[in-house]
Amino acid sequence: MLSRVADCLFWLGRYVERAENYARFIDVNYNLSIDLPPDLREQWPPLIAATGDMELFEELNGTDYSRNTVIFFLTFDERNPNAIISTVRLARENARIVRESIPRESWEVLNELHYYIRDVSKERVWESENPMQYMMRIKGSIQQLNGIGYDNIPRNHGWYFAKMGQHLERADMTSRILDVKYHILLPSVDEIGSPLDYLHWNALLKSVSAYNSYRQLHHALDPLRIVSYLILDRQFPRSIFYCLNIVEKCLHDISESKHGYSNQAEKAIGNLRSKLEFADVSDIFDEGLHEYLDKFQDSLNKISEAVYQQYFKIEPNTMPDIQSQSQS
Amino acid sequence: MRSEYDSFSHFDEMFDSEGNCREAQKPLLNQLDNLPFDKLQQLQHTTEKAQLSMGMTFNVYKDNEGIERILHLDVIPRIINGSEWKTIDQGLQQRIRAIDLFIDDLYHDQKIIKDGIIPKEVVYSSKDFLAPCKGLNPPKGIWSHISGCDLVRNEKGEYLVLEDNLRCPSGVSYLLENREIIKQTFPGLFMDMGVQPVSEYPAMLMDLLQGLSNKENPQVAVLTPGIYNSAYFEHSYLAQQTGAELVAGQDLMVKDKKVYMQTTTGLKQVDVIYRRIDDTFMDPLAFNPQSMLGVPGLMEAYRAGNIALANAPGTGVADDKAVYAYIPRVIKYYLDQDPIINNVKTYLCNEPDDLKYVLDNIEDLVVKETNAAGGYGMMIGPKATKEEHAKFRRLVKDNPRNYIAQPTLSLSTVPTLTEKGIAPRHVDLRPYVLNNGDKINVVPGALSRVALVEGSLVVNSSQGGGSKDTWVLYK
Repeated sequence: MLSRVADCLFWLGRYVERAENYARFIDVNYNLSIDLPPDLREQWPPLIAATGDMELFEELNGTDYSRNTVIFFLTFDERNPNAIISTVRLARENARIVRESIPRESWEVLNELHYYIRDVSKERVWESENPMQYMMRIKGSIQQLNGIGYDNIPRNHGWYFAKMGQHLERADMTSRILDVKYHILLPSVDEIGSPLDYLHWNALLKSVSAYNSYRQLHHALDPLRIVSYLILDRQFPRSIFYCLNIVEKCLHDISESKHGYSNQAEKAIGNLRSKLEFADVSDIFDEGLHEYLDKFQDSLNKISEAVYQQYFKIEPNTMPDIQSQSQS
Repeated sequence: MRSEYDSFSHFDEMFDSEGNCREAQKPLLNQLDNLPFDKLQQLQHTTEKAQLSMGMTFNVYKDNEGIERILHLDVIPRIINGSEWKTIDQGLQQRIRAIDLFIDDLYHDQKIIKDGIIPKEVVYSSKDFLAPCKGLNPPKGIWSHISGCDLVRNEKGEYLVLEDNLRCPSGVSYLLENREIIKQTFPGLFMDMGVQPVSEYPAMLMDLLQGLSNKENPQVAVLTPGIYNSAYFEHSYLAQQTGAELVAGQDLMVKDKKVYMQTTTGLKQVDVIYRRIDDTFMDPLAFNPQSMLGVPGLMEAYRAGNIALANAPGTGVADDKAVYAYIPRVIKYYLDQDPIINNVKTYLCNEPDDLKYVLDNIEDLVVKETNAAGGYGMMIGPKATKEEHAKFRRLVKDNPRNYIAQPTLSLSTVPTLTEKGIAPRHVDLRPYVLNNGDKINVVPGALSRVALVEGSLVVNSSQGGGSKDTWVLYK
């Protein structure tokens, strides 16, 4: 597979996943804000903090953390490179480059989503009474996209690169949404165990579609168990450990190596995965949840860079006569 | 429909000069007569939506910003009957066969120049006559593998060749996708009329490309200038349909006179390239040193016989608008046959008599730059202002070799959906020809380009033209 094409597929996977997570985050936070007591309704700054775009947000909007401003910023503001409108555009741009390598239906769904977001953006729907129907549509399209891929794409290198990008992004997103918890609650210890606290934990689980499965497994909402579930669980497909496992498996399927590692990317992911595999939740809290997640995001970036060096980097095809001169 | 359809001033493909519907067109007329106007408009709207979803877009640049546009597809198909098509088919086979012999001769013995059929200056002054290609023998001896001649019909309905597009002609993806859309728009009519299929094109193209290598399973790639090229949709479409790898210059490198692509598992050799970039951009070492699109050393590899290129570098010389004027003589010279399809009468400004005629009659003529394409660098005398006439007189006088002139043609018209109803609009016809040496195949279908503005003769997409699905009937 061409390095350039692999690179595009990897980022296609990442951007689509990012867009879907943003849609879900906004949806959950919106619903949370409806449930909260009137004086606590606007709980949007933590969400902006978790996306890592607080600086840009305040540059554009000052401290106006009103619902409409935040939803616009995360969804339709083209000045924000991580807004859904931007990540869908970037996903489509990558898909357009590699259109010959993806199923026609996938391309058409993504292309239609791109035009849909542009159309509803022109109607200023973030100001409407219930903007969440648009988030539903966006999530739905991306789930459709994932479904088409699951049923139609041969499990070749292209598939593994896209899936790797998707799961690296998902691990990153789960860590960020956990971090929101840090921003909202941990500063105010008094609130722990209060109804408000439960609302927040509920919202957190829902924003990674973990509410039902967590409830079935553990019943009671317990912060330690929730953190453990989202970071270390072996079966839940959005837990960080699960995602890392998939990323590692993708890397091994690509290199066709079975044990240990055959390149730096595999070494880095193997290290990180085993660290989680042999950790329990107290290790995480000993270090501090925020510090732990911060370090984790750093490790993810290093893995991403190692994958780039191993598979995507293209040598310039400089003039052969210049090459031979420098060799002599 | 007949009552409001004013087609008397031109050759109309549906109605003859008495206003009677031509035999082959009757089922279409019947269909159109039975469709209310708003239903037709709705079908047109659905067509546009389908094109947008499929991403059948080309890029237009305006104020440094790329905008994606769809090429307007008129929902009403154009019908060509079987016997007319037979003439086109044979005429194009004859033409491409002769052109291939001609190009090979120009880069070898130049017998045709020695025999005084075409002046040496005309050939040597073409910017597409490439010195580095002299003496080269492309694989299987084929120069012009893939071409798309532009045909028009004059006031008598006769088909004439307007241009030979031998330098990566685009549009075949529109031919194939238009067919998918319009077939679904009028499935019943399509079945009743008996339309020849075009879907074999990608397989025929892949056969041709693979046949250029002696390897059993050669690696074929489509070389694109990249996503910002206006024909990028077509490049990726053809790669997808044929199973070839879509590559950009940056993906390739030449080592030891062999061409490789950079893959996730290292370098992989490429054997055949269907290149969709111009000759002089292919290799900065051999041609334009500024080119960022090409692959340094590609021509070296080509000369060493390690890579096949379609079309062969240097093919464009036969596509020069001045050289074009000699093609009927080229056919006679190599094949000893009269051309089955004639040229449009062409005045060569580098010949003194023609030059005088052009300068005296510029108001009535279409003047074209010999190496421009896409409807640029041309002037349509009857539609131009006095200032433009004066400007082109000056341009022609200053550099006669750069210009040719042709009488203003009254292109044929076909029924087309407009805002006000169905009206005649001018069209041209671009069939696609695949030449694999032993056999020359003309795809039974074409891209019909239509000038959407009433009375306009310019069909180029860059100048406000649209397209039509073209149904070639079995009968």
